[in-house]
Amino acid sequence: MQHYKNLKVIQRDLAAAKITCAGLVDFYLSNIAQSQETNAYLEVFEEEARQKAKELDQKIANGEKLGRLHGMVIAIKDVICYKNHKISASSNILSNFESLFSSTAVERILLEDAIIIGRTSCDEFAMGSTNENSAFGVVRNFDNLDKVPGGSSGGSAVAVQANTCLAALGSDTGGSVRQPASFCNVIGFKPTYGRISRHGLIAYASSFDQIGTLTQSVEDAALLLEIMAGKDDFDGTNSSKSVPKYSEALQEVSSDKEKKRIAYFKEALENEGLDAEIQQKTKELLAKLQSEGHTVEAVSFPYLDYLVPTYYILTTAEASSNLSRYDGIHYGHRSKDAKNMEATYRNSRTEAFGEEVKRRIMLGTFVLSSGYYDAYYSKAQKVRRLIHDYTRNIFKNFDFILTPTTPTPAFDIGDKEYQDPVSMYLADIYTVQANLVGIPAVSVPLSHHSNGMSFGVQLMADKFEESELLKFGKKLTL
Amino acid sequence: MDISKYETVIGLEIHVQLQTNSKIFAPDTNSFGAEPNTNISYITLGHPGTLPFANERIMEYAVKIGLATNCKIERHNRFARKNYFYADLPKGYQITQNLTPICYDGYLPIEVNGEVKKIGITRIHLEEDAGKSTHDQDPNYSLIDLNRAGTPLVEIVSEPDIRSADEAYQYVSDMRRIVRYLGISDADMEKGNLRCDVNISVMLKGAKEYGERVEVKNINSLRNVKRAIEFETKRQIKLVEKGVQVERQTRSFDASNGTTFSLRDKELAHDYRYFPEPDLPQMYVSEEYIAAIEAEMPTLPKALQDEFTQKLGLSAYDAGVLTDEKEMAAYFCEAIKHTDDYKAVVNWLMGPVKEYLNKNNADIGNFALLPKQLVELIHLIKDGQLSFSVAAQKLLPEWIEQPQMSALNLAKSLNLLMESDDDFIEEVIERVLQQFPDKVKAYQKGRKGMTGFFMGQIMKASKGKADPKLTNKLLAKKLKEVN
Repeated sequence: MQHYKNLKVIQRDLAAAKITCAGLVDFYLSNIAQSQETNAYLEVFEEEARQKAKELDQKIANGEKLGRLHGMVIAIKDVICYKNHKISASSNILSNFESLFSSTAVERILLEDAIIIGRTSCDEFAMGSTNENSAFGVVRNFDNLDKVPGGSSGGSAVAVQANTCLAALGSDTGGSVRQPASFCNVIGFKPTYGRISRHGLIAYASSFDQIGTLTQSVEDAALLLEIMAGKDDFDGTNSSKSVPKYSEALQEVSSDKEKKRIAYFKEALENEGLDAEIQQKTKELLAKLQSEGHTVEAVSFPYLDYLVPTYYILTTAEASSNLSRYDGIHYGHRSKDAKNMEATYRNSRTEAFGEEVKRRIMLGTFVLSSGYYDAYYSKAQKVRRLIHDYTRNIFKNFDFILTPTTPTPAFDIGDKEYQDPVSMYLADIYTVQANLVGIPAVSVPLSHHSNGMSFGVQLMADKFEESELLKFGKKLTL
Repeated sequence: MDISKYETVIGLEIHVQLQTNSKIFAPDTNSFGAEPNTNISYITLGHPGTLPFANERIMEYAVKIGLATNCKIERHNRFARKNYFYADLPKGYQITQNLTPICYDGYLPIEVNGEVKKIGITRIHLEEDAGKSTHDQDPNYSLIDLNRAGTPLVEIVSEPDIRSADEAYQYVSDMRRIVRYLGISDADMEKGNLRCDVNISVMLKGAKEYGERVEVKNINSLRNVKRAIEFETKRQIKLVEKGVQVERQTRSFDASNGTTFSLRDKELAHDYRYFPEPDLPQMYVSEEYIAAIEAEMPTLPKALQDEFTQKLGLSAYDAGVLTDEKEMAAYFCEAIKHTDDYKAVVNWLMGPVKEYLNKNNADIGNFALLPKQLVELIHLIKDGQLSFSVAAQKLLPEWIEQPQMSALNLAKSLNLLMESDDDFIEEVIERVLQQFPDKVKAYQKGRKGMTGFFMGQIMKASKGKADPKLTNKLLAKKLKEVN
């Protein structure tokens, strides 16, 4: 079977009876088996996927009306609830926990006949940039098994990279979709905060979290967004703005001669942590865009050094509270040697949370504690506001901000340099801004490093400007 | 021990469960008394991936109580998380309003011993209730019922303006009446719809600084508010007299012996790590919204009481009893649309009707007879067709059984109407006088008071049906004749 990168092509071939859904599922299942050493999946819904494919093939044979995602085989990150299926957030604390409901995103793609093939590994509770923080083993980059796939949606990125599914859902709190997309040579897209309901997305940091997609084409990202986005009463922070036909907007891209205004941050490109090859390729891209007639201008961004600290103070604060519910009392792991209530909490959480999760809970607890709240949490909120206003202001004069997605290509599994959590956190420098501000951002593959690993480029747009963002993102992939 | 040297300083925190159909942040049914752990959805249970979404009714209810207590209303309402671990708190935090209570700077005037005093209200804020833990039902386990988790609450925090158990009693009682009138809660203390924590300290009269404050929890009735304060006042004064420093602590009231006991010594410095709830958007209360609620506010008990005494001339006592329950006041107000004899309506409501309701454990709210029908009865009595006692004892219980009949027809069919037929009454009078010749003699000898005795006997013999006016006249005539 050919390597499909676009749902439209699959649907065309299904309609022409060149392939069947059952055949597609078999193909993806065999790819899963062949890429098992990546450890991308926590669970494969083999029987279910086959069954659903059979039903769809029957529908096609009967000439019944088909959902807009028919033929899409998709994997979901293990932080997105799917009714009557296990969900663990790659953590032992949710061992054997089954969700009683489906997230709004899953419900909406199922209604459009998507086939969910399995749930993918991630960093525990989406905390990490390497997918080494999963309680169920590290996930490996399919291009080079000694390299990390990035994180936290590493399993989803590898699942798409290894062509074990057409697309995957991830979640993006500070780059968790875009960074692994960059490392795995796929398209990673995070919509505006509030565009897709968070109902059924296990919370890491509530005011940052957003469901995103990992795909092999921008068209699929657009279609998935179109289907998942929109008002949902289960999420009070969800936007009620109407949902444009993103996928239709993309159809005009190849003939589109519109010139765009693109800003880049000098400080970001001259950042000493930035890999020289990535720097070079990004500069070349900017020059190319300029030569094509787009406005390309350097804009000063004085808050670059504050992005990562602000992000980590606020996300850990929210996480410390969001993860309080995993207490060993109501569900999930409960310590066997706890003799009273307090010990139940302490032992259950000590036993079942991983190191990175504990670190962030403690950090978050600290920044919220009395005596430190003003110096950390409250100050960080103010800085977030400054970053927000400054960034939004840039969009008064520009359509996009362009940055590298990551300062380096994928690093080695167990890389010593990143044993210090702070240096790991600093690698999030380009991606956290979109989450701090709540704007949409996409990472599209840019080039390959001399070490063989891919890397991407990131585009950010103003809130709810997904149509323009995806259109231009597609242009970059042409 | 000279108690009179001391002044008690009291502040109250009243928690009122709001009677909404669904919970504050989830669609589960909000009701009291269901089987344990039945009104719990995965949202109330705080399962992974769940989010709160606000029930809009809570804003309306909170604004109502704020307006009723002369508060200012916050326009931009936010929630915060109060983080702590407890087994009946599924999310590990409580969603509450921390720095931005929806109502603030209000007061409630109360009247104690004829004196009116304003009790300041610091704040009224919205929050979700936790589940219920029971520790004494099983030797090995604590039992947890999460039905209550997510019940909407308002917490009404008073200024430390209260100076006695009587004032506290009046304040809680008035507050309870207000929330009932507003229809936002049953406010039943025994069911825990209304819970009251008392902050109490003592100081020498005229002292500038308050004494160390003790918080008393688990007070489950209005009477116990008083008992707890009385006990705690004495306990603290005793300590002070002995030269012992009162410790800042949380105590629990023990209703079985009227004492308080320490729950937590030297209150652990809890750090709840409040921060703005990121899952809920700001809720805006507009001027128009408040105006619309204000326009629909019911007349509150105090205003109604004043109206009853000043406009209708009822006694303060009658007005107080009538307004104690909203439904009773409403019944009264409806009834007096059909008669000017307010006092008769009061007498009926306070007398036979109340007696019937008490005996049958019923509420005026679903009393079988409409206010208009009660007035029909009053009119029959006034017209002399029925005596009060026959109406109250015989007709009323029958009519409640078949309220669709008219009072007159029912009285007729039961043969309860007064006889104003001369022959009938004369016949009865004759019978009675023959029965008591010695009393007749006594009358003839000048004991005119015997008339009352004869009237009583005649009424008895006629089963209360003899028209008293006519009987009086005929009796006087008859007694003269015998003479």
